[in-house]
Amino acid sequence: MARHVVAAVEEIPPGQSKIITVRGREIGVFNVASDFYALINRCPHEGAALCKGLLVGRMEADKPGEYRLTRKGEMLRCPWHGWEFDIRTGQSWCDPDHTFVRSYKVSVEPGETLVKGPYVAETVPVRVEGNYIVVDI
Amino acid sequence: MNVIAPTATPQADVSMQSLLGYVDCDIHPYFRDPAELDAFLAPKWREHRREYGARSRSPMAYAAQYPRLSPGTGMRQDAFPPAGGHPGSDLAFMREQLIDLFGMAHGIMLPLLGRGGDERNLEFGAAMCNAVNDWQLAHWCEPEPRLKASIQVNVDHTEAAVAEIEKRAGDRRFAQVQIQQRGLEPLGRHRYRRILDACAANGFPVAMHLGGTSGHASTAGGWPSYYHEEHHAYVQSMEAIVTSLVVEGVFEQVPNLRVVLVEGGFAWIPALTWRLDKHFQRLRSEVPHLKRLPSEYIRDHIWVTTQPVEEPERAGDMLSTLEWIGWDRVMFSTDYPHWDQDDPRYAFKVAIPEANKKKLFRDNALAFYGFE
Repeated sequence: MARHVVAAVEEIPPGQSKIITVRGREIGVFNVASDFYALINRCPHEGAALCKGLLVGRMEADKPGEYRLTRKGEMLRCPWHGWEFDIRTGQSWCDPDHTFVRSYKVSVEPGETLVKGPYVAETVPVRVEGNYIVVDI
Repeated sequence: MNVIAPTATPQADVSMQSLLGYVDCDIHPYFRDPAELDAFLAPKWREHRREYGARSRSPMAYAAQYPRLSPGTGMRQDAFPPAGGHPGSDLAFMREQLIDLFGMAHGIMLPLLGRGGDERNLEFGAAMCNAVNDWQLAHWCEPEPRLKASIQVNVDHTEAAVAEIEKRAGDRRFAQVQIQQRGLEPLGRHRYRRILDACAANGFPVAMHLGGTSGHASTAGGWPSYYHEEHHAYVQSMEAIVTSLVVEGVFEQVPNLRVVLVEGGFAWIPALTWRLDKHFQRLRSEVPHLKRLPSEYIRDHIWVTTQPVEEPERAGDMLSTLEWIGWDRVMFSTDYPHWDQDDPRYAFKVAIPEANKKKLFRDNALAFYGFE
């Protein structure tokens, strides 16, 4: 497992995402209310580019006509068949026991720390004064 | 350690040898602008279309029966062309997302626009059918010969429908005749027989794609409340059509007729044949025009396309289902660019033996449509 600097924090504002490629894998990095999450860009159902889907809420109901929209902006809906996944965990909403999307640990680190690492950022230039999104893969 | 994320996007893995040269039996082309059809309408009908518009059998004028999925009205969310326009309206983008992706040999188009088949004004409906047929050739088959057209007809205008079929006969750019799944009456009824005769006589299979408006409640138990419920009702419509074609004796009278059911599922077929055969043993004196078991007519005359593939709880049960239907009767389809389209790599959740995979993805359709 290695740590990859994938973006400067200001590149992905709240509610937005960025798809990056790390070690041949496309990964979507999402900013949900200033917390960052990363999921593999592949739906476990039929392989669609999942991270190009909409961020939606979770619609729940105890009986017809009484709807509650919870977890607003925290569910990722696949652009093909509409399967929904918890952006925080990758857990499927329709099949929570068996279906997961691979998720990755994300952290925000100051440039000051990162520049001490053995690798120099090329596509994501790291400046001492900036903050960066780091994904563990 | 810290490493850098490359920004290049790798190519998808498409090294699926058994899919090469596959046939997609359900593609929906769309116009960039409704005015595209005007070029293929006589001035009289162009004016009629502008001033009065379509009058379908739908009980709610100017509205679909339900809004389907939003946003995108039931389209695959990543199928909106970057250059703008409706999903399915941009040939270059369709090539990128579908035709070139897995080495498709042929793609069968089933346009769901113009709505000539649903039109109450039968002369206008016939004109719209003719326009959509010419539009398919000009906008799709000419620039992209891998795409094949479906002849639009309004089955409630017998003379115009037969004339349209005869006009297109011998034109290999047309693969089949497309008939609305939901009609005023089940397709086996005598009133439609001349049209089915014309299809068979001119070598065209009949394709029934789910949809259309009958004016009747869309389920056998009344109007549904949800799209989820409505979607399943298409299966009922398919069952009703197959039963009607069999029991009315159509396949006795039009022995060369071949019918493909598109997007109506297929796992129900074995259960329907078992039931029809059982009742035939007891009720055959009512339908003495039937010379064979219902299951035999179905086996000889009915084909199905795959999408949306059923996903049984035990994935392996799919193999038994396909065995019961017949491996030579099932043809792969994507339904691009709709929201529930299938990807040829992942549509089946079970490994299909290689010989059967070739039939299902390619050879059955090549034989069915008589492609080289």
